[in-house]
Amino acid sequence: MAVGIKDRVAIVGMGCTKFGENWEMSADDMLVEAAYEAYEDAGIEPKDIEAIWYGTVWSGETGGPLAGALKLQYAPITRVENACATASDALRNASYAVASGVCDIALAIGVEKLKDSGFSGLGAAGGIMTSGIRPDTTAPGNFAMMATKYFSRYGLSPDEGKRMIGMVSVKSHHNGTLNPRAHFQREVSLETVLKAPIIAWPLGLYDCCGVSDGSAAAIVVRAEDAKKFRPDPVRIKALQMSVGNEGLVRSDYDYTHVESTYQAGLRAYEEAGVKNPREEIGMAEVHDCFSITEAVTMEDLQFSPRGKVKEDIESGFFNLDGGLPVQPDGGLKCFGHPIGASGLRMIYEMYKQLQGKAGPRQIKNPKLGLTHNLGGGPPACTIFVGIVGE
Amino acid sequence: MAGITSYGAYIPLHRLPRTQIAAAWGVPPQGGEKAVRNFDEDSITMATTAAIDCLNGIDRSKIDGLYFATTTSPYTERQGSTIIASALDLRSDIRTADFTNSLRCGMEAVAAAMDAINAGAANSILVTVADTRIGAAQGDFEQSFGDGAAALLLGKDNVIATMEGSYTMTAPIMDRWRAQGDTFVRAWEDRWTLDEGYTKMLPQAAAGVLKKLNLEPKDLAKAAYYGPNGRRHGALARRLGLDAAQVQDCLFDTVGDTGAAQSMMTLVAALEEAKAGDKILCVGYGNGADAFVVQVTNAIEKVRDRLGIKRHLEAKRPIPSFAKYLRWRELVTLESAARPERIPTSISALWRDTMSILPLYGSKCKACGTQQYPPQRVCIFCHEKDQMEPVRMSDKKATIFTFTHDNLAASADPPNTVTVVDFDGGGRGIFNMTDREPEEVQVGQTVEMTFRKLYFDRGLHNYYWKTMPARG
Repeated sequence: MAVGIKDRVAIVGMGCTKFGENWEMSADDMLVEAAYEAYEDAGIEPKDIEAIWYGTVWSGETGGPLAGALKLQYAPITRVENACATASDALRNASYAVASGVCDIALAIGVEKLKDSGFSGLGAAGGIMTSGIRPDTTAPGNFAMMATKYFSRYGLSPDEGKRMIGMVSVKSHHNGTLNPRAHFQREVSLETVLKAPIIAWPLGLYDCCGVSDGSAAAIVVRAEDAKKFRPDPVRIKALQMSVGNEGLVRSDYDYTHVESTYQAGLRAYEEAGVKNPREEIGMAEVHDCFSITEAVTMEDLQFSPRGKVKEDIESGFFNLDGGLPVQPDGGLKCFGHPIGASGLRMIYEMYKQLQGKAGPRQIKNPKLGLTHNLGGGPPACTIFVGIVGE
Repeated sequence: MAGITSYGAYIPLHRLPRTQIAAAWGVPPQGGEKAVRNFDEDSITMATTAAIDCLNGIDRSKIDGLYFATTTSPYTERQGSTIIASALDLRSDIRTADFTNSLRCGMEAVAAAMDAINAGAANSILVTVADTRIGAAQGDFEQSFGDGAAALLLGKDNVIATMEGSYTMTAPIMDRWRAQGDTFVRAWEDRWTLDEGYTKMLPQAAAGVLKKLNLEPKDLAKAAYYGPNGRRHGALARRLGLDAAQVQDCLFDTVGDTGAAQSMMTLVAALEEAKAGDKILCVGYGNGADAFVVQVTNAIEKVRDRLGIKRHLEAKRPIPSFAKYLRWRELVTLESAARPERIPTSISALWRDTMSILPLYGSKCKACGTQQYPPQRVCIFCHEKDQMEPVRMSDKKATIFTFTHDNLAASADPPNTVTVVDFDGGGRGIFNMTDREPEEVQVGQTVEMTFRKLYFDRGLHNYYWKTMPARG
């Protein structure tokens, strides 16, 4: 009988580089920065690491690049790729390894070097050879179609809809100003958001997250060993995934939610023993690749009732001083989104908040933190939902 | 008696007033406007669309051949007619051929099809013709050339116009030409080409067929013949012995000189207005001339629901600017979009997926009855394995479920409109939308599928279907 992961694994050290246009740093440089911060935080030496799960989408194949950067002395490395949910999956696998007892100390690390591509937005040469027959879509375009449908389904005029999702970005920009490692650290007004150039209608520039370089790392051990490393380890309460790739074929998919987020949330709440997410979750870092994604995620994670997230956005429920602060570090929107590293960056913020080390953006007694990481695009999403606590 | 059993036509949605071209270069305008294909159209897509118009209500499995006539085939080595036949979902054991290199290649295709039918080698052959020629900047041809297509189904059954007889003459005249690699049409001096070529040869062919059939010009209800411009076309009527009322407008002022397609487009326009018993003369010109006479039957009343020329002429939209015209024709070099390079197309994967791409097949689950696109092995709803039967989606209407106008994606007609649509009868797909005004696109809007070029990359013209607002 499966026992789940709750309280069996703890995070004892974490590292995270500044996210942004890190022109002066290579992927290797960022891996070194994140890993050595985590070693120091956990009070361990590189040689103590027994196994590594290394997440990257475009910045390296096999574990080789990581071994080269960190000189890990022939330790086993698994390269993990799950699109934008890559780093969360690296943490999930590293946690399972220590929980199973096959090793005592494991490293989960993610990295992405996006800004060497020469263009804005995502994309890279290579990839799977296909017939090439599909419409030319982009990430903003795919998520914009959720916004179009959400507005249409719930009777919001384009202006009302854009105001609703615009407020999501205004909130995240405010949180970003309180974070010295964030890509964007500037307040924006709702008027600025609404007047910005359209990227993919109805999404404007400020509805889209940053495209960033960065790396983040976590060191995990079995929960019973955690206090040997530090007095304030953070325990893993749930690690769940759900993968769906049916929506484009299923004509009953509504385009106003992501089913795999809902499914991963249900499983995570069950694993962590959460009965009422809106009341029990103290804070969340969700995958706000676009403002509309954050809005529908609030409903999929049962923070807001279906079709009602607008009320919670407008009342400030997800603000830093609200009932359930979301994106306290600025989120993908402002902290930035190096795709292979973002999942661990979300955990990093939860970890610092739970330890009371989040500085000016510290949330009072958060207890349980949730991270939600999305790979792919609607309707084909690979979703991770994790819950961590004291 | 064998003859025409159906007709169809296609005129691109966008029109460019000739005054705009003239104003750009400071040259005199020729008057009227010309039809301009969208950036995602070429002769193959236009011929396909005209053929779909022609095949409205006709059993496609009964067609024994597909001929494609054009002087502007996207390929020099790859048969356009096979692509069109596949997009139309015709049988694979049919005769296909491309007729090219002369503006009367469409007339030759009709003659070859009639020969095959009369010889008993085929019961029914579809002839498609399309052209999209361009003239160099500030020249006459830049203003006169337009884009368009026509299709005639020829056969023995349900004949709407019997083929009474034909006449052909050939002449190796160098009046207008393009050598291998030429983008623009070349010509010798206008007066000589028109006086010694067009004005002499076209009437010879016309007179030839009338003599063969013991007909006088007054016996004709209409004459549908090629015209390089409105003035020359009109002036030829007297030489042909025709009254103005007998002359079918050659579409110069509304569509332009559509090259190989023009005489057949003009014939389609004549057939749209024709009544049983009418005799119609059709003459094409190019390195000689070809003429035939058809006589309309009562069956013509059964093919009145075509978009044809008339309804395609009415459903039009001005191209937003002359600059956009230059862009669509790839006559200016644009700053390249800061987007990742396209991954090379896998041609083996393209071939494997042909049925879901060219005739746009989805699958229908025999266990639970739901349609799905693209074709699936395991049913998305009931999870039965390999219980699918193919179902063609290209001729189904669809409804927009959601959409976006994407400014980040590269497009020659930005923004790049992407639609998620539900087909009538079931099945969902994601398709680019074309020939649309962004402001008019709405959730719940009914759209049709249209065969277009998705992209050109490393020598490969890749075709697929797009959504568009219902036309006509």
